[in-house]
Amino acid sequence: MKKILKSMAGIVLATTLAAGAQAATLKVAYDSDPVSLDPHEQLSGGTLQMSHLLFDPLVRWDKDMNFEPRLATKWERKDDLTMRFYLREGVKFHSGNDFTAKDVKWTFDRLKDSPDYRAIFEPFAALKVIDDHTIDLVTRKPFPLVLNNATYIFPMDSAFYTGEDDKGQPKDRLVKHADTFASRNASGTGPYIVERRQQGVRTDYKRFADYWDKQSPGNVQTITLTPIKEGPTRVAALLAGDVDFIFPVPPNDHDRINRSSRSELVTLPGTRLITLQLNQERVEAFKDKRVRQAINYAINNEGIVERIMRGFATAAGQQGPEGYVGYVEDLKPQYDLEKARQLMKEAGYEEGFSITMLAPNNRYINDARIAQAAASMLARINIRVDLKTIPKAQYWPEFDLRSADIMMIGWHSDTEDSANFTEYLTACTDEATGWGQYNSGNYCNKVVDDMVRSANQETDLSKRAAVLQDVERTLYEEAAYVPLHWQNLAWGAGKGVQAESVVNVMNFPYLGDLVVTQ
Amino acid sequence: MLLFLFRRLIQGLAVMFVISLISFSIQDNLGDPLREMVGQSVSEAERQALRQEMGLNDPFLVQYGRFMSRAVRGDLGTSYFFKEPALQVIMAKLPATLELVFGATLLIVLISVPSGVYCAIRPNSWLTRFILGISILGISIPVFLTAIFCIFLFSIELGWLPSYGRGELVSVFGLWDSGYLTKDGILHLVLPCFALASIMLPLFIRLIRSEMVEALHTEYVKFAKAKGLRKARVYFVHALKNTMLPVLTVGGVQIGTMVAYTILTESVFQWPGMGFLFLEAVHRVDTPLIVAYLIVVGGIFVIVNTLVDILYGLINPTVNLARPAQ
Repeated sequence: MKKILKSMAGIVLATTLAAGAQAATLKVAYDSDPVSLDPHEQLSGGTLQMSHLLFDPLVRWDKDMNFEPRLATKWERKDDLTMRFYLREGVKFHSGNDFTAKDVKWTFDRLKDSPDYRAIFEPFAALKVIDDHTIDLVTRKPFPLVLNNATYIFPMDSAFYTGEDDKGQPKDRLVKHADTFASRNASGTGPYIVERRQQGVRTDYKRFADYWDKQSPGNVQTITLTPIKEGPTRVAALLAGDVDFIFPVPPNDHDRINRSSRSELVTLPGTRLITLQLNQERVEAFKDKRVRQAINYAINNEGIVERIMRGFATAAGQQGPEGYVGYVEDLKPQYDLEKARQLMKEAGYEEGFSITMLAPNNRYINDARIAQAAASMLARINIRVDLKTIPKAQYWPEFDLRSADIMMIGWHSDTEDSANFTEYLTACTDEATGWGQYNSGNYCNKVVDDMVRSANQETDLSKRAAVLQDVERTLYEEAAYVPLHWQNLAWGAGKGVQAESVVNVMNFPYLGDLVVTQ
Repeated sequence: MLLFLFRRLIQGLAVMFVISLISFSIQDNLGDPLREMVGQSVSEAERQALRQEMGLNDPFLVQYGRFMSRAVRGDLGTSYFFKEPALQVIMAKLPATLELVFGATLLIVLISVPSGVYCAIRPNSWLTRFILGISILGISIPVFLTAIFCIFLFSIELGWLPSYGRGELVSVFGLWDSGYLTKDGILHLVLPCFALASIMLPLFIRLIRSEMVEALHTEYVKFAKAKGLRKARVYFVHALKNTMLPVLTVGGVQIGTMVAYTILTESVFQWPGMGFLFLEAVHRVDTPLIVAYLIVVGGIFVIVNTLVDILYGLINPTVNLARPAQ
């Protein structure tokens, strides 16, 4: 009798444990909430994180920055202008509709209308439907980044978004800050569906029973996502066990999370570059290459990373981080105070000069402190800096006016590609093409621009990489701007949350594949 | 009384008009709302087009006129982030803030009255010294530090109380989601209410104590004692009643401070109330929401001050509300 009871207890225990492993709940706290359920309303980290839960892209990045098939199972280049994609069969949308090529076409057309995504899809002339499960993406000119941009195509359920909503508006309406059908309802092919959503407070996701990816090890059945803006509160919620997964973790709290028996820290080197730009139009001295070099030599990137970022960043000597095509191994951060003074002397500025500097104080990690450190480093070569730091909301209008001599800007390439940095940060300003839109240094080098332009039409990827490496080298030698560092990424995960396997440098964790044990 | 209320109504409207004008005119300095709405790589031309579409390029008076003509019909604009009427968004968050303020007020009353009275009656006991010592500490620690310390101690180290949010809510008549009706909800209330109360508790303990000390030295209290009335009755009816007038006045003024501190408390505890909403709105440059919040808070001020004045009249009937101050 006793034996039977014991074995019965064993069975009960085993089944509860197994059930626990199969159906897990995950409480997530990010620092922000997507503005809308419409994946095309805003191009932001929050939107992309949401898109990977509710929708699925044609292809996505894996951990090593290679392309992984999702709704497209394979692809091949037909000619210089055409890339053919073969779509997965037997995929269902949340509404129950079948996923076919017409949904991809519909989504593509909508992307071309979206103010935020229009620029990314500008190189494409058309998306042609070949049959129900084959499409061709056709570009205007030979274009190397077709797959990079295909990571932004999250097919929407065209039948679901067709017609009129109860207010008499078309369901596919795409408007900023407006209450549209698509901003409140979603039907994608993704691993989760939205059960309940209180904007800015909480969103509940439930696993989609008919999700196509049966190979996925993911066992999280429900996700509740709470945006928690304050870093210390987010960390406390994790340490107290109130949530299981957080992003970001402020550098000061890394040790606490590692020390706690309840949680662990997962980190990756990031791809967001922080830089200072030296405005040549406002300051005569910045036109002199020697002065720009002196500034680069005077600023101790490694020191900033070590002291201010607490080691939680990678000191940069160029724009694109390691892993990007244009990365050049030997372009290291320069720091040599003697050389800096020497260069200032050669340029005739031994006595130095006074300049203004503006930086945000709530946009990048430790931004204001980094700016202060840089300013005091410049004092050592007699450049007196009048520094002002302001909140990002007020910073951007000032930045657009290029209203200070040195300004801080961080950049993450939307295409995960080196050329993107130059196009926005260091190219000659051209309002027609949008190039140099964030070049508050007014650095302008036509040769560099031409190199990037040719790289953008080079479909031989190794040739292209060589050109982009030349670009990085030229900018480095010219001291076109001051690279500081790439911010690293840190997530905090509760015990049993195997976050390591789903996080990535783009910071859209693939929670559909997440395994939670216990 | 009616005259008084009418005059207050006119004053209130004037106050809100001024607030609307001021908040509307500073909104250009808060930043560019478009920047929060579009991705970084959206071109300047594209942003200009959107700005034009949203009417942000119109002259100030045109924008303000448009705002006022809607405002008189009760429409304070539409929040950029929530995509709903701003007033509706704020009203939806009002219960959370009121429950927080109510809990804090309750704590203040329950703690400050007995301890203030005790300190007055037993000025030399060790407990009095302890209470007064702690209250000095309370005054000098900023509310967010108190809050973070509470989270650290009670949520992380001891694991007794939840660290953020409102917990489980019960809907009352479909109008109000209350946290006071579930155990989980009440547990979530404890720390934020305490943190919010902490800033004002010392002030009230000290105020009640000093007023009480004064009252205890008055003739009528001495007389009541001599008459042989029970001590409790002398302290809590005769003396305390007279200490309450100044306490009430100060309390009314402090409501404003309380509103300001809900912003800090709510943001540390991720409390989904109005204060937190406001802070987020500032970060997101959600100008319609910012303007609406300021107007609503202005309204709350006017109402609370009116209520305090009425209460004042009830406690001390010699105060004539309708007569202008001399």
